Amino acid sequence: MLQSFKLALKSIWSNKMRSFLTMLGIIIGVASVIILVSIVNGYMSTVVESFASMGVNRISVRLTNLSTRSVNVDDMYEFYDEHTDLFAQLSPNVSLNAVLKKGEDSLDMSSVGGYSEQYLDIMGYELEAGRNISYADIVARNKICVIGYYVASQLFGSPQAALDQTIKVNGYAFTVVGVAERQDEEDLEEGGTDDFLWMPYSIATKLSRSADITSYTFATIDTDDTSTCKELLEEYLYEVYKDDDLYNVTANSEMLDSLNEQIGMMSAMLGGIAGISLLVAGVGVMNIMLVSVTERTREIGIRKSLGAKRGTIMQQFVIEAAVTSSIGGIIGIVLGAVVTQLAGNMIGITATPTPAAVLVSFSVSVGIGLIFGYMPANRAAKLNPIDALRSE
Amino acid sequence: MAGVKIDEGQPLIELRDIYKIYQMGDEEVRASDGVSFTINRGEFVAIVGKSGSGKSTLMNIIGALDVPTSGEYYLGGEDVSDMTDDELAEIRNKMIGFIFQQYNLLPKLNLLENVELPLLYAGVPAQERKERALASLDRVGLKEKWKNMPSQLSGGQQQRVSIARALAGDPSLILADEPTGALDSRTSREVLNFLKKLNDEGNTIVMITHDNSIAMEAKRVIRVHDGKINFDGDVKDYAAIL
Repeated sequence: MLQSFKLALKSIWSNKMRSFLTMLGIIIGVASVIILVSIVNGYMSTVVESFASMGVNRISVRLTNLSTRSVNVDDMYEFYDEHTDLFAQLSPNVSLNAVLKKGEDSLDMSSVGGYSEQYLDIMGYELEAGRNISYADIVARNKICVIGYYVASQLFGSPQAALDQTIKVNGYAFTVVGVAERQDEEDLEEGGTDDFLWMPYSIATKLSRSADITSYTFATIDTDDTSTCKELLEEYLYEVYKDDDLYNVTANSEMLDSLNEQIGMMSAMLGGIAGISLLVAGVGVMNIMLVSVTERTREIGIRKSLGAKRGTIMQQFVIEAAVTSSIGGIIGIVLGAVVTQLAGNMIGITATPTPAAVLVSFSVSVGIGLIFGYMPANRAAKLNPIDALRSE
Repeated sequence: MAGVKIDEGQPLIELRDIYKIYQMGDEEVRASDGVSFTINRGEFVAIVGKSGSGKSTLMNIIGALDVPTSGEYYLGGEDVSDMTDDELAEIRNKMIGFIFQQYNLLPKLNLLENVELPLLYAGVPAQERKERALASLDRVGLKEKWKNMPSQLSGGQQQRVSIARALAGDPSLILADEPTGALDSRTSREVLNFLKKLNDEGNTIVMITHDNSIAMEAKRVIRVHDGKINFDGDVKDYAAIL
């Protein structure tokens, strides 16, 4: 066995060029499996991270209230208070179609809505200046607002300058009490993440001329609990509505799940394509081994005449094929790891070869050597020593 | 030899009514057409015949490289005529030392590794293998060159290495196929003298040749013609009919 390994290494070494060309297919195959899988994984974790910062712990609830079956703000807060072990925050959402005006300047793409004092935490925003909406503002239906960085800079020039100023929302004058930190570092534009105005939801219902609040946002304490929380909400709402068409509960994490699924599929597909190149490499190994058997017919004849059995010859050639492709596999792994790092740095993601990708591609390359080396080895083993000795 | 029983009373080689028939298209070629003879231990036999006479077929059968179509072949008392591939390989390994016309050394192995090969296939441990191979190279006077590659040697030296390889496994039979066919007359003589010396030391030698003058170096001559034996006797008698 050990002898066969030595023989294999010797044979690979004495045909350096040919061995290298044989390995090249394996090297490229293994490297591309590792590179593709690692980069997709790296990209995935980057996307997941950015998604997580967008609030995977959020659950949105939409309701259709009927006169006989309905859930109002107080009911929702009651539910929330019963489950403070699971839920961190709650805010009603009252969206308004509104134009913001200050003197002659106006903004009509801004997202305007009424929320609770916890909405800032749900969104994960910090304040640049001023204060947040308070519970007292909600109870008193104060005409105050927290505005986005874009609104402040467009209408007032700076966050500081906006404080205590007045904005007209559909004709009603609101006092700016706070300005949120800039969210989008790259673009500051109309309709963007920094173009918003938040007011207490109590005053928003007044502006919308409807006391019926049909949209809520919950935030869970632990992201892992989102599915439990979602079920809890659905149970509660079904109690009331007796019809699951009247409400809709969506967890952001579900979107993440489906995203993960898609990326997983993409990863498997790319890995599969790279896998095909490994298969082609295997055919290359087989081809070269067949050539090698033909070239070494005489050697095989001599060995057989000196007493080498079929199994011995078989072993020699299979091991040679396996050693060739595992050396190729190791080179491919190293190359793949290096290129993954470089490519990761270039596109700005942290991509590291996953142990699974390394393990799988290495064992696949060894397996290829064994499987595709078998046929030529079998041919060598079955050579008739007389014919083999006669060949030149 | 380990693993192979040898009954000293029996002839080493016994061929009984050996036929080897090839089908060449519609034609039937009888490469061996009812051959029977025995060779005892310690003999030096030349099997002589023209090309196409069937001497190579005989050599293949005696060398356990091939099995006859019909007939029985006993080597050291064992019936070799219907053995499998692997069984034949073992018989070749344990009982026969081949010397080929083209030396048939492996060009990528050095002399020692070449001589070690039959011992390797016999499963001899590394240390013993090396010692025995070196001893064998010493017998042909090439011990000092053990690290050399075959291509660095002259034809005569290469043939001596192949003799060393044949001797390494301590075989019951040394089978030489045109051992001088690729050598000039001076080195041919050396090789023949060496074979004679081996025979004097008690080794059984069967030499296949087309050349009567080479055959005359043996003690007994078997002449093959059209697959049949048409002379089998002492070398002196053979000289008389030439």
